[in-house]
Amino acid sequence: MTRGFHRKRQEVDPSRVPPGQYVTGDFPVLATGPTPRTALPRWTFSITGGQQPKSWTWEEFRALPAETLTTDIHCVTRWSKLDTKWRGVSLDVLLGAVEYDAKYVLAFCDGGYTTNMPVADLTGGRAWVAFDYGDRPLAPEHGGPARLLVPHLYFWKSAKWVRGLRLRDTDEPGFWENYGYHMYGDPWREQRYAGD
Amino acid sequence: MARTAVRGRLSWQTATVGAVVDQTPTARTLRLDVADWPGHRAGQHVDIRLTAEDGYQAERAYSIASAPGEPLAITVERLDDGEVSPYLTQEARAGDLCEVRGPIGGYFVWEPAFGGPLLLAAGGSGIVPLRAILRYRDLIGSSVPVRLLYSVRRLEDVIYRDELSVHVEGVEVIYALTRSQPAGWTGYARRVDEALLAEVAWPAADKPLAYVCGPTSFVEAVATGLVGLGYPPVRVRTERFGATGQ
Repeated sequence: MTRGFHRKRQEVDPSRVPPGQYVTGDFPVLATGPTPRTALPRWTFSITGGQQPKSWTWEEFRALPAETLTTDIHCVTRWSKLDTKWRGVSLDVLLGAVEYDAKYVLAFCDGGYTTNMPVADLTGGRAWVAFDYGDRPLAPEHGGPARLLVPHLYFWKSAKWVRGLRLRDTDEPGFWENYGYHMYGDPWREQRYAGD
Repeated sequence: MARTAVRGRLSWQTATVGAVVDQTPTARTLRLDVADWPGHRAGQHVDIRLTAEDGYQAERAYSIASAPGEPLAITVERLDDGEVSPYLTQEARAGDLCEVRGPIGGYFVWEPAFGGPLLLAAGGSGIVPLRAILRYRDLIGSSVPVRLLYSVRRLEDVIYRDELSVHVEGVEVIYALTRSQPAGWTGYARRVDEALLAEVAWPAADKPLAYVCGPTSFVEAVATGLVGLGYPPVRVRTERFGATGQ
């Protein structure tokens, strides 16, 4: 017990806010280095490690069917943001263009960031490559022109400035996973760090 | 490169608040005495958990202010609409209990083997992990040249002012006072911009390593500016706090 400490924030809906999280109206920014700025004509999104590599230019990517969605996001640094509105291309569409047996992916990004997760978490209408946030093009500091959006995992899995996926047979740790963060990162099971 | 991959589970440990030192009207340093603290690296952070009488708990992450080898300490800046920082900066006193878990993070850290020269750039309470780096450099007798660029609104907001005013061989401290300046101030009196960085930062040819910590707008300006000056992005490590967009 911590003497003199009292709740100041309003109670949150425990069905929407995972344990240990608080709700913020802001949109905090976390990144390990300078914000990369890749010109759209040089941008591609590629999937490697399948039977055939597949790559889309920005134009081709934006010509794919896109979805608008509203979802809650949960950062491992403890903020959650409710009802965030995004537009992006479902990973079902992108992965549907590739034949593969792999069970895992390593997402890679401009700036060198990587993060890993099971392929199954990117399919079934649960993950997108998002390019709009709140009806506007995604700002560079939030990962624009496009970021991964995997809202059912801690937000470090929703890699900013994503440029593609490497399909893999084994689950290899990405950037933060190498520094002791959890390999899977389920906010509802509070999988913040390795061993949680 | 050394990594602090966490092998076992990081568990919560009881901490007793030791000495508290008010650094500014809104920032306070708290020593947290932990029976079994595993030690930390310069630049890492720690999770803090407070438990109210009714069982309500709040967790936050704070940068570690002390150098490796020193007892665990954090410096907290009060956010008026916050829940944990007002408690830690106004209410907590020696002997109070909380829980800690850590150390956390392994990228925004400095080890002597990483070399330098070092450019440390802090906005407001972003000084905290950089202070751990400075103290560590001192503690181990490193001679790596350091320039610390520290941006605050006014001189009274400078955290660790006494410590930073002591001359240390090889360490230059450069302030930017963005809102108000004392009479006769001859230092920078504006937000950090590219022209300022060009004057202060080590030339890219010196192969410097930069650590930038502060509010998002500050970190964006400094990190983008350094890349513009020829710093390879991988030599610019950042830690941001707060939201985008005003």
